[in-house]
Amino acid sequence: MLVLTRKKDEAIKIGTDIEVRIIEVDGGQVKIGIEAPKNVEIHRKEIYMAIQQENKEASGPLDPALVEQMIRFTHKGD
Amino acid sequence: MNVQTKFAGLVKADQKDIILFPGGIPSFEDEREFLLHHFSENTPFYCLQSVKTPALAFITADPFSFFPDYQVELSAQTTESLSIEEETDVSVFTILTVNEPFEQTTANLKGPVVINMVSGRGKQIVLQNPEYHTRHRLQQPSLKKEEG
Repeated sequence: MLVLTRKKDEAIKIGTDIEVRIIEVDGGQVKIGIEAPKNVEIHRKEIYMAIQQENKEASGPLDPALVEQMIRFTHKGD
Repeated sequence: MNVQTKFAGLVKADQKDIILFPGGIPSFEDEREFLLHHFSENTPFYCLQSVKTPALAFITADPFSFFPDYQVELSAQTTESLSIEEETDVSVFTILTVNEPFEQTTANLKGPVVINMVSGRGKQIVLQNPEYHTRHRLQQPSLKKEEG
């Protein structure tokens, strides 16, 4: 991993069209501004990983008995 | 064309029924084509079925029937990548993680699936709203009963 030291208001260029700027440093927290083309997806890593993990679990096997429960669930109170 | 599905056997589909996910779905980035079909006639659930992988399907639902206050804000990036012109062209689905018993089933409100039904393009987006997370317990569909 490339490690660079930057101060507030300094920036890093990644390729020709991505810029990462240090907006604010406060204790253990850093506020970062990112300029990138619209087709570049930017996510907080832990949230993206949570989505990935949930997709894996959601696509797992399904007990056929649960299908009956699904139908019943939506008809309670009819 | 016929699509072999995880839950409904062989399903007949037109090419226009196939939704293109240009970037795949997180964890399944190579899966680009999905068929959206009813899970079963008398449920509000839908399957998002991979066209190339029969074993890969997500059970989804209309989030607004289960979470009436749910709000999805589309970024300019999403609007552009899905070629969204009218808000009414868009359908939103929430992916369910079905648990035993079914009452323990959760909905991923953090990462809704947004589909432009006109252009046939879809994407799982990540909402910034910190109130939403990946496991919201599914509530009974809201019944519009008049009181008194």
